[in-house]
Amino acid sequence: MSTSRRIRVTVNGEVHEALVDPRLTLADFLRADLGLGGTHVGCEHGVCGACTILLDGRTVRACLMLAVQADERNLTTIEGLGRDGELHPIQQAFVEEHGLQCGFCTPGFVMSVHELLELHPDPSDEEIRDFLGGNLCRCTGYQAIYRSVKLAARMLREPKAPAGVQAEQT
Amino acid sequence: MKSSAFEYAAPRSVAEAVALLRTQDGEAKILAGGQSLMPLLAMRLARPSLLVDLGRIEGLDYVREESGVIAIGAMTTKSTIERSDLVRTRQALFHEATRLIGHPQIRNRGTVGGSMAQADPAAEYPAAALALDAKMRVVGGGGERSIDAADFFVSTLTTALAPDEILIEVRVPMLAPGTGWSMLEVSRRHGDFAMAGTAVTVALDGGRVRSARIVLFGVGPVPVRARAAEQAVAGQKPAAAAWASAATQARDVVEEPLSDHHASAAYRRHLAGVLVERALAEAVTRAGGTA
Repeated sequence: MSTSRRIRVTVNGEVHEALVDPRLTLADFLRADLGLGGTHVGCEHGVCGACTILLDGRTVRACLMLAVQADERNLTTIEGLGRDGELHPIQQAFVEEHGLQCGFCTPGFVMSVHELLELHPDPSDEEIRDFLGGNLCRCTGYQAIYRSVKLAARMLREPKAPAGVQAEQT
Repeated sequence: MKSSAFEYAAPRSVAEAVALLRTQDGEAKILAGGQSLMPLLAMRLARPSLLVDLGRIEGLDYVREESGVIAIGAMTTKSTIERSDLVRTRQALFHEATRLIGHPQIRNRGTVGGSMAQADPAAEYPAAALALDAKMRVVGGGGERSIDAADFFVSTLTTALAPDEILIEVRVPMLAPGTGWSMLEVSRRHGDFAMAGTAVTVALDGGRVRSARIVLFGVGPVPVRARAAEQAVAGQKPAAAAWASAATQARDVVEEPLSDHHASAAYRRHLAGVLVERALAEAVTRAGGTA
């Protein structure tokens, strides 16, 4: 058996201390130990992207990290994106454009879209495809996800426009 | 799909990390970005007694110029390298190799040292290292040494690293001004490992090819230079016929191509030829010649 290690992790602004088995993945730690079930485990070997979270603001696959590696680090999960029960604009856009069906891949996509739009506020189809290639969806066929991303981009660029308003005004 | 049990250590220095490796008689594994190791652990294809995490060692994350060479700390992530202006402007081939790797999430954690040490036959970095004559700085129980890329990649997933050695830096010469380059690969899906790929550099002189470096990857256990193809284009005027001839030579280099459910040996060989032809044309265009 292996020696458990003490870790101190900040998740969505809250500090958590825990004693963990070194082989516990970050994804399992978030889900089982912290009760944050929004981060999904699809493949457990880093290809599907359903476990995507932000580590110090950058997207990473939580199934490819050990909980012990998150010691003293800052994480954001899907639960940390909305505010006061309100959906984040990216989440709102996915709702508006039907960018999800079963929803299993969705948290991972939303986190990846978050980083995409930070780096490319007005992404082309090619940039979207390039950036989201690491997130797999079995339901939508991706076209609705493209539309969701573009709507999210518009909403983030025009923060005062209420969600759902057609922004094609010019 | 959970890993078997292992002990875990996060040393604060390279010396401490080396000492830890030496306690395990080759049964320890180094954890860098984890993008290759974690899947192996999850599938229990690797069952190390001890994981030595290099992530808490300061001073292994940098990209800097040192006398005409770009020195990259082994724990530098691919995203950091991708964003480096120095690499983008002075080592465009290495920049392109970085862009081709996986997906942004992989690049945010995966490290240059991890890629080189993993030596996946279809990986971009080992091929770029061979094409560019990169050198690996390595530290182990016997001290520090430098290993040329040509000697570093020994076989599938096998490098010249001893069990107690750690790669600490990758040194990549800058591309000489006017050097053309190209890196192309074919994979089943965007971001997948290459079924076949090529890394090419070309130097022109008076409208002719002075020299070319042609490396194939994904087609055998290690990246390989297509020396006959390199010789075939040396001295040639850039022309489609020259590239086609080089492509034929390149295909012959592929001795025992890997054949698996992703691609047959015959297909990999075919791809190798097609990519070399395209890459040479592209490299020459970049060098300022007409393809």
